[in-house]
Amino acid sequence: MAILVYTESEQGKFKKIAFELASYARAIADKNNTTVTAVCINAENPMELQNYGVDKVLNVSNQDLKSFNAMSYSQSVFEAAENEKSNIIVISSSADSKYLAPLLAVKHNAGYISNASELPTSYSPLSVKRTAFTNKAFEITQVNTENILISLAKNSYSITEMKTDTSVEDFSVNVLQNHTKVKSIDKATDKVTIADADTVVSAGRGLKGPENWGMIEELAEVLGAATACSKPVSDLGWRPHGEHVGQTGKPVASNLYIAIGISGAIQHLAGINSSKVKVVINTDPDAPFFKAADYGVVGDAFDVVPKLINKLKTFKAQN
Amino acid sequence: MKIIVCISHVPDTTSKINFTDGNTKFDRNGVQFVINPNDEFGLTRAMWFKEKQGATVDVINVGLSDTESTLRKALAIGADKAIRIDMNPQDGFSVAKQLANYIKKENYDLVIAGRESIDYNGGMVPGMIAGLNNANFINNCISLEIDGANVTASREIDGGKETIESCTPLVIGAQKGLVEESDLRIPNMRGIMMARKKQLEVIPAIDTSNQTNSIEFEKPKPKGEVTLVSSDNLDELINLLHNEAKVI
Repeated sequence: MAILVYTESEQGKFKKIAFELASYARAIADKNNTTVTAVCINAENPMELQNYGVDKVLNVSNQDLKSFNAMSYSQSVFEAAENEKSNIIVISSSADSKYLAPLLAVKHNAGYISNASELPTSYSPLSVKRTAFTNKAFEITQVNTENILISLAKNSYSITEMKTDTSVEDFSVNVLQNHTKVKSIDKATDKVTIADADTVVSAGRGLKGPENWGMIEELAEVLGAATACSKPVSDLGWRPHGEHVGQTGKPVASNLYIAIGISGAIQHLAGINSSKVKVVINTDPDAPFFKAADYGVVGDAFDVVPKLINKLKTFKAQN
Repeated sequence: MKIIVCISHVPDTTSKINFTDGNTKFDRNGVQFVINPNDEFGLTRAMWFKEKQGATVDVINVGLSDTESTLRKALAIGADKAIRIDMNPQDGFSVAKQLANYIKKENYDLVIAGRESIDYNGGMVPGMIAGLNNANFINNCISLEIDGANVTASREIDGGKETIESCTPLVIGAQKGLVEESDLRIPNMRGIMMARKKQLEVIPAIDTSNQTNSIEFEKPKPKGEVTLVSSDNLDELINLLHNEAKVI
């Protein structure tokens, strides 16, 4: 058995999930007495992976892979797997990794398990728990094939620091020419994304109108959080679709999720269920969100949020 | 332009999720099944191509006869023809192989499938069809224009969007944004009557094996009671988040 992990980077810097994945792959390797190889594409400092239990890094540096392309990136990871004779490939649940995953599964003829939420419970055959029914349940899935591709759900495995004697090898890949080309990228670089955020501040119709989002953005800024919203708010056009979290929107798996003026429809709760700690602020003590939350404040957002911002500013200044 | 939309038959978004047979089977009792929302956004965009550009729109599903009500609904919304591949779907790979085989034979220019189904959330079918048929693939697609063989689309990425150029044959993973929620169509009486006369072709499955098997389901552990904090005592909330939950 050999394990390959695709450690993603952005603008040359490893994402936090790259280290979560490396730690996850290390734990699988230890259970099976094998080693961990990582493949990275245009990462500036591949040696960083020596802190997370990676034995060997295949370092791909190629100007033609400067921006993400699912076809050519899946080919690169596939070639790394072939080179290492890896039968288990571990990737993240980022938008990019989930884009390349099915292409990679076809190339590698691998049984693909998406959204794995913990380490495999057995190895021959391999079974692993994954989230299903949009976080309303878990499914234990067994893989029947020799090759296996696992995508690990966000925030489901903690980074474990472990110093290893890591070797880095330059690895060249065939860049597949293809007809799908990125023409432009429109991305706010100064904002934390919902996918990467440790904290998400989300608001709903209780805010009464888009003009009232200033305090939500301010609260998010104080906490270093991403902003999100409920489905009705995005349907009304108060906030962009990219902020809609819930069953048909984005899933949230942050450490802290703060819901303001959101009643907590079943579809919304499903989407945010993987978040570790949930706080609700709502005027209605019977709002279903209070049953799903860890901490709650019954009160008017327009009174509570500005007070909370001030208190958090004081707290941040002292800590 | 020939378009095919892959339709998954899933529990309605408000469904309570329960299991039977020692937690090995999804409990269908009292559950209403609908077109997978991500597929429905795609189907609605396909109807635009039909009405504005004269495209033909077929819908296809891999499933047993109970899924036909969902295919009829897609016909009532305006699809021209429905195809059901007669198989009990058990894993994403075998479903993708069934679909890819039919799609290749019939030479569709555009294949639309939801980025994931809201039941198993595998997120694999559209990409696997593209991989198996060597077609171009755009996932998380939030806008799509087609002029002849030229495609301009955008993809939602973490924190923004990407504008992409590609060409047919193309597979897209559809999601909200491709059309607005308010663009979704409720079938009218005329559509429902016409759907009864449209062709729903049942074809046998090809031989495929499962790569993964579902062993068992679990429901999330019940949550403890919420800790309420008075709005006049927000210091306590900050204290709890810092010292108890350790998240700030």
